[in-house]
Amino acid sequence: MNSIVNQLSTQGLHAGYDKRTILDNVSLEIPPGSFTVIVGANASGKSTLLRSMARLLPAQSGRVLLDGADISSMRTKELARRIGLLPQSAVAPESITVIDLVSRGRHPHQGIFRQWTQTDEAAVQQALADTRLTALATSAVDQLSGGQRQRVWIAMVLAQDTPLMLLDEPTTFLDLAHQIEVLELCTTLNKTGHTLVAVLHDLNQAARYGTHLVAIKDGTILAQGPPAETVTAELIEATFGVRSRIVEDPESGTPLIIPLAHGAVQG
Amino acid sequence: MTQTPTKQLTAASWPASTRFLKIPGSRHTLRVNLRSLTVTVTLAVLALAVGFWSLTIGDSTLNFSDVLAALRGQADDGIYRVVVHWRLSRITLALLGGAALALSGALFQTLTNNPLGSPDIIGFNTGAYTGALIGMLVFQTSHTGSVLGAMLGGLFTAAMIYLLALRKGLTGFRLIVIGIGISALLGSINTYLLLTAKLESAVSAAIWGAGSINTATWADVLTVAVVLLVCLPFLARLSGDISMLPFGDDVAISRGVQVDRLRRWMILLAVALTAGVVSVAGPIAFIALVAPQIAVRMTKTGTIPLPASAMLGALLLVTSDLISRTIVAPTQLPVGTVTVVVGGCYLVWLLINQSRKNRA
Repeated sequence: MNSIVNQLSTQGLHAGYDKRTILDNVSLEIPPGSFTVIVGANASGKSTLLRSMARLLPAQSGRVLLDGADISSMRTKELARRIGLLPQSAVAPESITVIDLVSRGRHPHQGIFRQWTQTDEAAVQQALADTRLTALATSAVDQLSGGQRQRVWIAMVLAQDTPLMLLDEPTTFLDLAHQIEVLELCTTLNKTGHTLVAVLHDLNQAARYGTHLVAIKDGTILAQGPPAETVTAELIEATFGVRSRIVEDPESGTPLIIPLAHGAVQG
Repeated sequence: MTQTPTKQLTAASWPASTRFLKIPGSRHTLRVNLRSLTVTVTLAVLALAVGFWSLTIGDSTLNFSDVLAALRGQADDGIYRVVVHWRLSRITLALLGGAALALSGALFQTLTNNPLGSPDIIGFNTGAYTGALIGMLVFQTSHTGSVLGAMLGGLFTAAMIYLLALRKGLTGFRLIVIGIGISALLGSINTYLLLTAKLESAVSAAIWGAGSINTATWADVLTVAVVLLVCLPFLARLSGDISMLPFGDDVAISRGVQVDRLRRWMILLAVALTAGVVSVAGPIAFIALVAPQIAVRMTKTGTIPLPASAMLGALLLVTSDLISRTIVAPTQLPVGTVTVVVGGCYLVWLLINQSRKNRA
């Protein structure tokens, strides 16, 4: 259990803000090498779970483990070399350039004197290329469109080059084409050896792109497993309060959720 | 690297002002912002030039060769006393003190992520003044007494604001609002102390309260120099982490910055830097507030640059000192009266600028 496979898991995790507990006894394993997608209704605890796993939020009780070691006892910089996080709402300082912001992803890899190595430069260049931002490198971030800005933040996480990447709603603010682009990029990253955990709002996108699905409601896990085995009409109703029919996506063969007419369950 | 480039990439370019300097004998390079560097060096040269020019000006106007001779110890006793004992000490104090105040302001503003988060706004200076007043008026102590009183008053205020603001997590806005509240409270205590004091002590206390370096001694210079020397290595060590704070806590933490510990260090350093200056020169207003904000606009870095802020602080204070002792000569105004005008101009400019931005 102590070898480095970047296995992230939680054991009996309780977490929340102030005295309010949002996550209630969550035990979860993120399969190494998976593209895990967390789905759930608003305020179900999706982001809280992601933030706890990145140690942005301390556990009230229970543990978050990385390869068997409690992350609360790991050094912050060491953790940042293994887990990268895209927060939900990040603000860029005024007039900062794209390449400068993306290069901040290299922070955990840099020493006291902040030397800039070939590896740093290569990681930044690769991240910019992967997010198609190379041509915009010297633009100011606050001059970009919402979609471009989101790609800049993703590029920063890519430049961090961590084996585990946690993405809190990476497709928000993006139009459909850019959403698909980001999700395809996630799939590519996943195939090149990164373990990804993302909070997504769109269920059908979650079922199509995720290799592992976690459904969460009121801070507890309702189901986890490969989408093809976990997505059922019962689960969708329990998670979202919506009656639906599940068919096979003719394009990808993954489950496709079709809400019924007047399918919202009055609760 | 887990990512391997699949094809030859056209490299993205860095902004023209970013340069890479090879570190001799290492395969690493240093990334520098040429614009920041130029601004910092220019400000430093200007500050020193104004300081040197200031040495020649006063009751007895001297020429540059007199000053140079005095600095080399080759002038006659009279000129030597004027240049080295009277003028050089206060000018050195203006340069070092300006830099220290500006650094303190830069730290507080980065910490609170708010351009108003400066030690003079959040009540720290008022607290130091309270301490000095108690030292001066109640205990009738010497110069050392007021220095000590200011130091203790400042530290006590900082601790109080910190503890009150900490209760629900240390957010910048809380720190500022609580600081303003405490500042008002202490302000009324200060007025009370002044009103009940004897006239003579009240007048000297009021001059101190405006922020004055008219009576600067080499001991005062030493106090500020020691504080700067102690703080600078820590600042250099933390500067990388500090530059991650403007991106927000989540981004900073997940890039490996221990935000809470960093904040405590920054508060400690910022408080020490102002306390050093305030204790010997009184609460010189607005340098800490203005210098970092102008510096960030000059360097266009987006995040407050510590070195450029320090140099601008030195330039502002040494210039203010020159104005304060010449504008109504032979009377010497407390330098704080000039920096208040500088600060006022800045706030007016900020208001105009802001309303223009809002209209656009």
